[in-house]
Amino acid sequence: MTALPASIVFTRRSVVHSLRNLDSLVTAIVAPVAIMLLFVTVFGAALDTTVGGAYADYVTPGVMLLCAGFGAALTATAIHADVSKGFVERLRTMPIRASGVIFGHVFASVLRNLVSTAAVMLVAVALGFRPTASPAQWIGIAGLLAAYILVFTLIAAAWGLAAKSVDSAGMFSFIALFLPYLSTAFIPVERLPDFLEGFAAHQPLTLVIESLRGLATGEPDTATLLRAGIWLAALGLAAAILTTTLFRRAAKR
Amino acid sequence: MTTRTAPHGAALASDGRPAQPAIAASGLRKRYGDREVLAGVDLDIPPGQVFALLGPNGAGKTTLIRILTTLTGPDAGTAAVLGHDLVRAPARVRKLISVTGQYASVDEELTGMENLVMIGRLLGRRKRAAAERAEELLAEFDLADAAKRRVGLYSGGMRRRLDLAAGLIDAPPVIFLDEPTTGMDTRSRGALWNVVARLASQGRTVFLTTQYLEEADALADRIAVLDRGAIVASGSAAELKRRVGTESIELVLDDGTVVRETTDGDPERLREVLNRYHREGRAVRTYAVKTPTLDDAFLTLTGHAATTEESPR
Repeated sequence: MTALPASIVFTRRSVVHSLRNLDSLVTAIVAPVAIMLLFVTVFGAALDTTVGGAYADYVTPGVMLLCAGFGAALTATAIHADVSKGFVERLRTMPIRASGVIFGHVFASVLRNLVSTAAVMLVAVALGFRPTASPAQWIGIAGLLAAYILVFTLIAAAWGLAAKSVDSAGMFSFIALFLPYLSTAFIPVERLPDFLEGFAAHQPLTLVIESLRGLATGEPDTATLLRAGIWLAALGLAAAILTTTLFRRAAKR
Repeated sequence: MTTRTAPHGAALASDGRPAQPAIAASGLRKRYGDREVLAGVDLDIPPGQVFALLGPNGAGKTTLIRILTTLTGPDAGTAAVLGHDLVRAPARVRKLISVTGQYASVDEELTGMENLVMIGRLLGRRKRAAAERAEELLAEFDLADAAKRRVGLYSGGMRRRLDLAAGLIDAPPVIFLDEPTTGMDTRSRGALWNVVARLASQGRTVFLTTQYLEEADALADRIAVLDRGAIVASGSAAELKRRVGTESIELVLDDGTVVRETTDGDPERLREVLNRYHREGRAVRTYAVKTPTLDDAFLTLTGHAATTEESPR
């Protein structure tokens, strides 16, 4: 009856949910792939010169983050449903730690999105993505992706708890879908409009994308990696505290 | 400790009264903003009783249930379940209760079986034990055929039954049902009434809220009428009805006029009334004995009629 077994039960539940909602899972893979196809096949030839190399190599890390973020955003609606439909209330009247349900959603999101991100990467390889990372750097890529998914999921969880309706919970998907456009995911920072340059150069998404790019090409930049790590740790901590607070506050109603 | 594992035979004190009330509350108050939802509620419900809290929408029924099930704290007053204080020992209380709300809080993506196994696992059962208990309950609640179907495809009545079954996995001695039949069709309502009767026969304490007078009448040993956050009357259905007045006879005369004569239930009085009409040469076509309904009681006690409209949420 400790928190751990309950969390495992909840994680299994969330994984089952993901598998039964194949539509969402497929969308989470297809949408980023479609965007990637668009950029690589339609604009690719024009963009090769812009990025100074194969555009598939350039764009893949950004698309992987887009996929991870888009998939993690589903957590917002899932948690909102649990809170608004009385499921969490039932748990709160039971002799268990009800917050385990949030843990379950978050952990399942990390698992689910690592799978969908891997699927997106395989498509990228088919489109000409040629990573040259060492085994250790591959572990770094996986770890960084997992950390990014975790942090993004925690933010989605807080959003879902704060949302007043299903629609506002679902809005997080749009943020996840458009945020990468304000980073170096698709275009190098010096090619972005001036007013975006400052934001795009320093926002955490850019740092994570540049770190992934560095790792994928076998030339990671330690300073960028460090900054990305600090950003993720800070955001993750803030989101975790916010999620916990909002979950407690939801109980007081 | 006597009542924790033995809801059937709660210990009796020397005066023959139950030693420990299943649910006790005194002076419960709750305010949301400037709206006083509960204005000092006292309860003393002995173990093994079916207690109905009757009241219209907005009377404070759900708020009272939320306090008694540890979901929210009172602004003032104290409450205890089987002697365990709700505010000081909520974890203790949660082991003794189950709650079935107005909105079946089951997982729609999972099957009925998966739902019950999940709750069983959460309560610390091993896989095998959780599955066995789930099968028992599914059979008991007439859901065995639907065990492998997703709850999203269940009817409203089936969902409520599953929700109730989920609350009974650890066989808690105190069961809260918040408007268990609101929005149900007559047949599902009858099935749920049978379930409540069965729980009562097992010696469990059932605390149910309802806006249906006939439901309280049919199920409850004791009824409390909650109106605007305060209990305005309590007693057995018969007692509440008595408070409204004695029975009456309704006579339809030959010329079609309807008259009502109060009686005290004594046949002599009936004979006397009929004789008087006979003497006066007014022929009586039909007569009917009317006992006061709980509706009459409600009107008398609260000054306004009970609403039976559906909950707006």
